[in-house]
Amino acid sequence: MSLFTRSATIVNPQGLRAWLLSDAPGSAFQARCGRWYLMWLALKRNPLACIGLFIVVGLLLMAIFAPWLTTTNGIEQVLLDRLLPPSAAHWFGTDELGRDIYDRIVWGARITLYIVGLVGVIVVPVGLVVGTVAGYLGGAIDAVLMRITDIFLAFPRLILALAFVSALGPGIENAVLAIALTTWSPYARIARAETITIRDSEYIMAARLQGASRLRILYGHVVPLCLSSVIIRLTLDMAGIILTAAGLGFLGLGAQPPLPEWGAMISTGRQFLLDQWWVATVPGLAIFAVSLGFNLLGDGLRDVLDPKSRDS
Amino acid sequence: MTLGTQDRTPSAGAGRGLLPFAFASKTAQLVASVVMTFLGLTAVTFVIGRVIPIDPVIAVVGDRASQATYERVRLELGLDRPLYEQFWIYLGKVLEGDFGTSVLTSRPVLHDIVHFFPATLELATVATILGVLLGIPMGVWAAVNQGRATDHVIRVVGLVGYSVPVFWLGMVGLLVFYAKLDMLPGPGRLDLYYEGLVEPVTGLILVDSVLAGEWEVFDNALSHLVLPATILGYFSLAYIARMTRSFMLEQLSQEYITTARVKGLSERRVIWRHAFGNTMVPLITVVALSYAYLLEGSVLTETVFAWPGLGRYITQSLFNADMNAVIGGTIVVGSCFIGLNLLSDLLYKFVDPRAK
Repeated sequence: MSLFTRSATIVNPQGLRAWLLSDAPGSAFQARCGRWYLMWLALKRNPLACIGLFIVVGLLLMAIFAPWLTTTNGIEQVLLDRLLPPSAAHWFGTDELGRDIYDRIVWGARITLYIVGLVGVIVVPVGLVVGTVAGYLGGAIDAVLMRITDIFLAFPRLILALAFVSALGPGIENAVLAIALTTWSPYARIARAETITIRDSEYIMAARLQGASRLRILYGHVVPLCLSSVIIRLTLDMAGIILTAAGLGFLGLGAQPPLPEWGAMISTGRQFLLDQWWVATVPGLAIFAVSLGFNLLGDGLRDVLDPKSRDS
Repeated sequence: MTLGTQDRTPSAGAGRGLLPFAFASKTAQLVASVVMTFLGLTAVTFVIGRVIPIDPVIAVVGDRASQATYERVRLELGLDRPLYEQFWIYLGKVLEGDFGTSVLTSRPVLHDIVHFFPATLELATVATILGVLLGIPMGVWAAVNQGRATDHVIRVVGLVGYSVPVFWLGMVGLLVFYAKLDMLPGPGRLDLYYEGLVEPVTGLILVDSVLAGEWEVFDNALSHLVLPATILGYFSLAYIARMTRSFMLEQLSQEYITTARVKGLSERRVIWRHAFGNTMVPLITVVALSYAYLLEGSVLTETVFAWPGLGRYITQSLFNADMNAVIGGTIVVGSCFIGLNLLSDLLYKFVDPRAK
């Protein structure tokens, strides 16, 4: 209570910035906003990370506003306009079925985000559950869970994803599942390491003394502290996920035609590579730009959030 | 292909035990974990083999066989037994190297793998050599110039390597250097004209042609290898340069470096003899890991360059629903991957005096 009243007097009315940078935040919300603001300030100083953020935000906007940024739905065929070179009407040219490549790239942003998002939604909870449970409970459970994690960690990712998709059948959902199956293990590792360092700290003891159940301690007190390192890792992994998904698409195992998935677009463009180079090169540039964006952002975030590894 | 980052580089404090048997038990633990991983790999491939919606009996007898034949083959394949027994049989077969017969080539899968593997090995080896020769100096250079323009440029070169789709880069490379500039030959391992001139001994054309003294074949094979190896090598370079930089930074901040400088040693000696000498051991493990990634990463590269290696064999079998071949290939590549991981761990333990 005393902390609360003191902070109320310190927060001076110098606007948002002062409120954000306050040494004694009056609420959890203010503290959280303040932390985000500090992160943003640190990120702003890193030009490469800013470029990354710019690209990622651009991708998001592209996906959200796709209907307004395009004139076609990217699937309808205009056979009279086959394989037109880039021009004012078709910025990136048209493909073998007369579809505007620019439109397909924009719509493809949705598919890319869908894949990446879905993988993240599967991988992060699974990794957190396995890692925190193993780290917090320790003993035999820890040993078994970590053995399983190690097994998945030592698997060749792409080959296993290939085998999975070939067994389950091609398609976006199966590609996502295959990628998730081969991606979750590092998250469990990270979450376990974080859990072990905070397991015996005083505030966990305090929570335990107050009678909090194991579940409550794990999800109320341990998981939130693991999140930041897991999120950095996810950002750094995004590029890898995008590249694997594109690789599966390229082999015809990911999104199926006529969906404008970038990897699959490269695959069809391959037949026209020598004479109509734009069909294959433009989607490749899109994949490259987006994964570079995620890599730059992840690199910058790691520098900001994890000062220990600033040099690496 | 993705190169996983730091999560698998062994930590410096691992395995600190003075007694010899403690060291031996560490090694035993390592081997045990590798065996576990291998069991996991076979279990996963076993599950994949069961998940596929193809009746394995029909795959053998065809869909016009009589009920009696069907039942007989079903018994022969052991499909009536409980799953764990089936897995046991499967494991035994895998250990014998019996992956069944490829539907596509109608030869034993193992035979095919032995036939296709050298091409992949050749490609991955040359790529790793390129990655090491360029990546290590770049990493050292970046570390020495930390925070300056050189450092940033090298960092971006590395990040680009992490971000570009390998199959796309291969296609663009073919487009530019083969189709437009006509500097390099097209896809494949050799020009048609040279095909079959050299008797395969090791299966590595570069080695075989030297053994046979066929320098023309060597030249041709080399020119075919340049582009795919450079592209794969770039990925290994990105990884190696990044790790070298971080290892070097760690060493350069140590006090013995300051001592060496104060003693008046030349900067070159301080950097290469003192600091770099101490990064050798972790670097070896990094190189082994990047080699493992390249074996896997060659799947897409081989598809683009029509390179007759294991990766292309796997993808082609995949499109022909040739599951025996896909699973056999997956197990072989997976085993190489696990083996290289083990090797890098062992090397680390044996070479680094501190780890003993």
